[in-house]
Amino acid sequence: MRVLLRNPRREVEVPGPLRVGALLERLELNRESVLVIRGDTLVTDDAVLEDADHVEVRPVISGGAT
Amino acid sequence: MKCRRCRGPAVLEVRRHNAAFCADCFLHHCREQVRRAVHDHDMIRPGDRVLVAVSGGKDSLALWDLLLDLDYDADGLYLGLGIGDYSDHSGQAAKAFAAGRGARLVEVDIPSEYGFGIPDGAAAARRVPCSACGLSKRHLFNRAAVDGGYDVVATGHNLDDEAAVLLGNVLRWSTEYLGRQQPVLEGGAGFARKVKPLIRLGEREMAAYCVLEGIDYIVEECPMAEGNRHLGYKNALNEIEEQSPGSKAAFLFGFLDRVAPLVQRTAEEEREGLHPCPGCGSPTVSEVCAFCKLVDRAGGHHPARS
Repeated sequence: MRVLLRNPRREVEVPGPLRVGALLERLELNRESVLVIRGDTLVTDDAVLEDADHVEVRPVISGGAT
Repeated sequence: MKCRRCRGPAVLEVRRHNAAFCADCFLHHCREQVRRAVHDHDMIRPGDRVLVAVSGGKDSLALWDLLLDLDYDADGLYLGLGIGDYSDHSGQAAKAFAAGRGARLVEVDIPSEYGFGIPDGAAAARRVPCSACGLSKRHLFNRAAVDGGYDVVATGHNLDDEAAVLLGNVLRWSTEYLGRQQPVLEGGAGFARKVKPLIRLGEREMAAYCVLEGIDYIVEECPMAEGNRHLGYKNALNEIEEQSPGSKAAFLFGFLDRVAPLVQRTAEEEREGLHPCPGCGSPTVSEVCAFCKLVDRAGGHHPARS
């Protein structure tokens, strides 16, 4: 599957099928710090991602002035 | 995974509540959390005019959307910070949202009105950019609210923001800042009331809210914020949260319930020493307020008043 990552914006290819939780482990990302979007829909940790899926792993942490 | 409320297929897990939600029930959950925060802390009172500080990011746009959905009289305020493409994109996101919802957006452009941008101003004043940005925002949000006759300034600080600020203040035992870390700071002479209606919602929930509501927010991080201390605190807290869901909420709400009342006196004493700044008239405890010092060091100016 094609996975879009941000900050910096880049794409990586990851073989499916793979659960969302396992994808985040493979990418060494904390579940609290990202959303996983398949197509235009949010998916939970137990969803299985297939080879043909387009997936975005979107960071949710913003910092700076408070 | 099934939605806790309707048992339909879930789209988002919220581990600290040991729950998952479908899209409709998640949006309901967000509205209820904001409604509860506003009610429990008496943030917005009948007839109040609210000015929402809007950056174009997920938190502030979600907050504005939620307050409008809850029928509050809420306008937006966007500050142009002069941070190149980032400011251009964030301004576009704020304007597009306002146009889409038919809401009123007040705009203040710091470079054209005050003669400096945050990156240059911070460098000239020898402050880190996030510090110069934060003090400028606090000053200008309040200024715009007082000048515009608003009762309340609402900011998009969420549970993660507040927990990270708390961690920073505790690590340095900054009692002065701890005393001010409240969901509501009451108004007074020269001050609008400041409220944080998102304190019961996490950062991940706010991003999910925007995705599900189709709100086009600026996903890219501010280039000035990279590697700052606040982001480090958030990452540290998320490591703990991953192992022990609910830790961030327990940390923040435990502080607000049990410790904040003990340190509040420090903030009250500070307020007693407030007087109008001779440069701009805003309340300050210093001879000249921090924003006027920044304007001076950055070689800027105050806008002409009509």
